[in-house]
Amino acid sequence: MSGFLAIIRQTVRLELRAGGGAAVALIFFLAVVTAVPFGVGPDLKLLARIGPAILWVAALLAALLGLDRLFGADREDGSLDLIIVSGEPLALYALGRAVGHWLATGLPIVVAAPVLGLLLNLDPPAMGAVALTLLAGSPALTLIGTVGAALTAGLPRGGLLIAILVLPLTVPVLIFGVSATTGALSDPEPFLAPFLFLCACSLAALALAPFVAAAALRLALE
Amino acid sequence: MTVTEAFPALKLKAQDLACSRGGRFVFSGLSFELASGALMAVTGPNGAGKSSLLRLLAGLLRPTAGDIACEGGREDEPVAHYLGHLDALKPAMTLAETLRFWGAIYQQGRVLTDSDLNEAAESVGLGHAIDLPVGVLSAGQRRRAALARLILSPRPLWLLDEPFAALDSQGESLLRRLMGDHIGRQGLIVAATHQALPIPPDTTLTLNTT
Repeated sequence: MSGFLAIIRQTVRLELRAGGGAAVALIFFLAVVTAVPFGVGPDLKLLARIGPAILWVAALLAALLGLDRLFGADREDGSLDLIIVSGEPLALYALGRAVGHWLATGLPIVVAAPVLGLLLNLDPPAMGAVALTLLAGSPALTLIGTVGAALTAGLPRGGLLIAILVLPLTVPVLIFGVSATTGALSDPEPFLAPFLFLCACSLAALALAPFVAAAALRLALE
Repeated sequence: MTVTEAFPALKLKAQDLACSRGGRFVFSGLSFELASGALMAVTGPNGAGKSSLLRLLAGLLRPTAGDIACEGGREDEPVAHYLGHLDALKPAMTLAETLRFWGAIYQQGRVLTDSDLNEAAESVGLGHAIDLPVGVLSAGQRRRAALARLILSPRPLWLLDEPFAALDSQGESLLRRLMGDHIGRQGLIVAATHQALPIPPDTTLTLNTT
């Protein structure tokens, strides 16, 4: 357990320090969200309607950034070898990296989303709804991304490959996330059903992704 | 720290070991036995499979044929330390953070104090650099930092791949002393090297390119 906590702590530190991905992901999220109103034009009603979807898509894209270094760096500098020799379960290591990555990049995006909602003319309930659904859904994005990161750990420039591998798998999360947000705001749409599906996505990813990632890392080692 | 009691008796056995990399046999039919307190040198030309053998013993590669057994150790307790070509250091972390991290990974449960970390850094001559980011250390210092891990978490079996690479003469005598101490504590060492080891090995395994 102390090993698991140490991995989380190290991941957060590495992401927050120079050369880490935390700031990059947050700035990318900010850039995408600010670019959209310029593209859509001055129709405030339209912006408010598509706002939650924009925040969700931007969060999805930002979650994919930095994943290529999550295991790639450990494989290149020999850390992965030592982790395996140490006897620390590889699934626990993968989960620790995923949790650390989410704390450093996912959580700041959840916190920033309502603030950026101002740019998209969202009213306060909509901001709350987006933050809530992102909080429930972004762990799934990170965890699914972890599998992609593990699969491409041995490849140079695996970043784009991760996006191609992971994006189709994250589509259900996006659909349930946006429909739960819409459901929370307009009456005829259901909220609870898509929200529970969203939570289920995160929980299923939490249960499965570390083991799949560990198996992929073992393959990358050979 | 400074756990100086002897390790429990351990026997490392390899039976008819074969390893293939990229569809080509690197070596095959390799058997040896190593008991506690012994140092084995693995020599041979480049590409003979010295590193592959160490990675097999470390469990990082699976043998194509044959098996490796470690008798005497507890089933659930990993016994090996692996020192490869790579130092496994993160440039942005300080030496103290690095040692604390690996200490937590390697000895599950036991909490390390600051003096443990200081002592380990001191013993490899890096006491002054404990608060520096690892990125600013020289190649030899990075090597020493990697050695500090071996001291921080005692384990009976050391698998050393070219341990003397990048070390200066002081570093060499330091490593010689560490290896001597380890053997003295009934530890086992398997060292791959293409230069003569400063401590006369008990056995030498010579690999040839096939």
